Amino acid sequence: MENFEAETMMDSFTDPGQSDLQARSIDEGKIGMNGLQTKGIHVWFNKHHVLADVSLDFPANSVTGLIGPSGCGKSTYLRILNRMHEFIPGAGMAGEVFLDGEEIYGPKIDATSMRLKVGMVFQKPNPFPAMNIGENVLAGLKLANIKVKDKDSLLEECLTRAGLWKEVKDRLKTSGASLSGGQQQRLCIARALAVKPKVLLMDEPCSALDPGSTLKIEETIVQLSSDMTIVIVTHNMQQAARVSDYCAFFLSDGGPGGVVESDRTSVIFSSPSDTRTADYVQGRFG
Amino acid sequence: MNTTFPATAEPTAQKPWVNRRASVQSALTPLLLAIAITVPLVLFTGLAGPLGAYLAFVLSYVFTSFVTGLRQDKVRGINQMMSTLVTVGFVTAFIPWMSILFTVFSRGAGAFYSGYFTNDMATTAADDALNLGGLSHAIVGSAVILGVSSLISIPFGIITAIYITEVRGRLSGLVRVMVQSMSGVPSIVAGLFVFAIMVSGKSFSALAGSVALAILMLPTVARTSEEVLKLVPDELRTSAYALGATQTGTVFRIVLPTARSGLITASMLGIARVAGETAPLILTSFYSANFSRDLTGQSIASLPMYVYQNFSTGTDIALTRAWGGASVLLGIIFLLFVSARVFGRSQKR
Repeated sequence: MENFEAETMMDSFTDPGQSDLQARSIDEGKIGMNGLQTKGIHVWFNKHHVLADVSLDFPANSVTGLIGPSGCGKSTYLRILNRMHEFIPGAGMAGEVFLDGEEIYGPKIDATSMRLKVGMVFQKPNPFPAMNIGENVLAGLKLANIKVKDKDSLLEECLTRAGLWKEVKDRLKTSGASLSGGQQQRLCIARALAVKPKVLLMDEPCSALDPGSTLKIEETIVQLSSDMTIVIVTHNMQQAARVSDYCAFFLSDGGPGGVVESDRTSVIFSSPSDTRTADYVQGRFG
Repeated sequence: MNTTFPATAEPTAQKPWVNRRASVQSALTPLLLAIAITVPLVLFTGLAGPLGAYLAFVLSYVFTSFVTGLRQDKVRGINQMMSTLVTVGFVTAFIPWMSILFTVFSRGAGAFYSGYFTNDMATTAADDALNLGGLSHAIVGSAVILGVSSLISIPFGIITAIYITEVRGRLSGLVRVMVQSMSGVPSIVAGLFVFAIMVSGKSFSALAGSVALAILMLPTVARTSEEVLKLVPDELRTSAYALGATQTGTVFRIVLPTARSGLITASMLGIARVAGETAPLILTSFYSANFSRDLTGQSIASLPMYVYQNFSTGTDIALTRAWGGASVLLGIIFLLFVSARVFGRSQKR
C-alpha cells in the first residue's frame, strides 16, 4: 500500500507513449508560464499526518480535476497551492510548490501578493454582503490597492468571462445577495478574475448548485482555461470527465491521503492502471 | 390524453390558511373564561386589590388556555399554555417599564413651555415659576460630554474588539478578561479616579466628565462590538485573503462594513449606558446654571445633574423641573436609538 505513490507519482500527467521526454521537460521547469508544480507535499494538522508525498504538475492553461472520496485531502492540497493552509492553527507542511518555476513558500515570497496570482473559488458562493455586484467584482483590486484606469471595461470583461454579464449588466448597483446561488458563484468567479490570476483553484464550485448553473460554470471553466491554469476539486465524476484535461485520484486508506494515480483524464476514465481508480471512477466505491 | 380544462376566472391571491372567525374564537375563549374565574376569585377570596386581581387573572388565564387546548389533545393544550405563559410574562415585564415612562412624562409635562429648550437657569432659581428658565444648558452640556466620551471610547472600543476577534494577538485573552472586568467597575469609582487625576487641585470640567464616562462606556462598546464581529462569517475573511488581501484590507474593507449596523448598535448601547450616569459627573463636571460649551476650565451642566440639582432643591416646582429633565433625557435616548436603527439600515440595498 505504501509504495503506490512512489510508483505513480513520478510520471504524473505524462503521456504513456513518451513519458521519458515529457518527464524531463517538466523537470526542466518547462511546464510553461502560468504552470504549477508541486514536489513531495506532506501536510499535518498538529501531529495528524493527513497528506503524504503528493507531487503533481499542472501544465499551463490546462484544467486538472482532483477526484477522490471525502476526507482524502483534496481540499487541503488545494489550499497548499495558494498558501491558505497556513491560516489554520496547528497546520504544518513539507515539500515545495513552484509557480512559474518560483518556490511560493520561499523566504522572499510575500504570501499576500502571491495569492493575487493564484485565485480561488469556494464551495459556497460568498459575495461580500456590504458591496453591490459591481463592487464585488472589483473588490480584489480595492483590497490589494491596485489602480486600474478603466474600471468599467474591466468589470464588463470579468463578468463576461464568468458568463454573468448579460444577466446583471442592468443591475450592477444591486446587492450580490439578490442573485441566485448559481449567479452568485459566477459572481465569485468574476471577482477572482478581476485581479488577473495565472492559476484558478476551485473547491467543489458546483456542489451547491443546480444542473443548469453547473453547466454554465463548466462552460466558463473551459473558456477560462485558454489562458489560465485551473485546478478543480470535484465529487462529480461526469464533471471531471467533461471539463478536465488531467485528473489526479486521491485516496486515504485510513492513514494520510495520497495520489493513487494521475494522468490524462481520458486515460483515468478509460484505462486506469490502478484497480482502485477504476472502481472509483466507475462508481463501485467511494 | 388531450384534456382541456374549462376556462376559469383569473385567480386572485387569497390566504386559505387564515380563518378569522375560528382564530378570534380560540383566542377569546380562554380569555373570557379566565375573566369569569377571576371575578369570583377576587370577590370571595383573599385575593384583593389590583395586584391580587392581576395574579388571579394570570393564573386562571394560563389554566384556561391549557384546558381549552385539551379539548383537542394534550400537545395542543401544553402549546397553548406555554404561549400564554410567554405572553403574560412579557406583559408583566412590560407593565413596570410603561409605568416608569408614564410617571416620568406625566409628572414632567408641567415643566414644558415654549422656552424650555432655549433658556438656561442662569437667572432663574430652581423654584421660580415654571414659565421661566429652561434646560438648554443641560442639553448642550450633555451633548458636549457624551460627544467627547464617544469620540474617545467608540474608536478604542472597536479597536479593542478588532484586537480580540481579528488580530487574535497573544494578549487577546487577557484583554478580553480585562474588558469584562472593566464593565463591573462602579461608576463612582471611575468618577473618583478622574477626580484624582484631572479635577483635584484644578477645576471641574466637561473634559473630566467625558473621560469618566468614556471609561464606563468602553467595555460596553468593546464587548458588544466583539460579539458583532464574531457574527461575520469566516468565509468572507477567507475569500478576502484568497483575493490577495492583507489583514488590514480584510478588516477595514470587508469585516467592518459587513458588521456596520451592528457596530452602530454597539456604539448606541455604549452611549445609552452612560447618558444617565450621575455619580461620576458629580465628581468631574459637576453642575452649572449657566450655558457653557467649554471643554475645560469650568463646571458644566448635564441632564442627569440638572435632574439631580432640581430634585435636591425639593420644592414642588423644582421637582416638576426634575421630572421634565428626566423626560427630555429619556426622549433623547429614544431618539438616538431610532436614528441608529434608521441610519444602520439605510445602507442595505
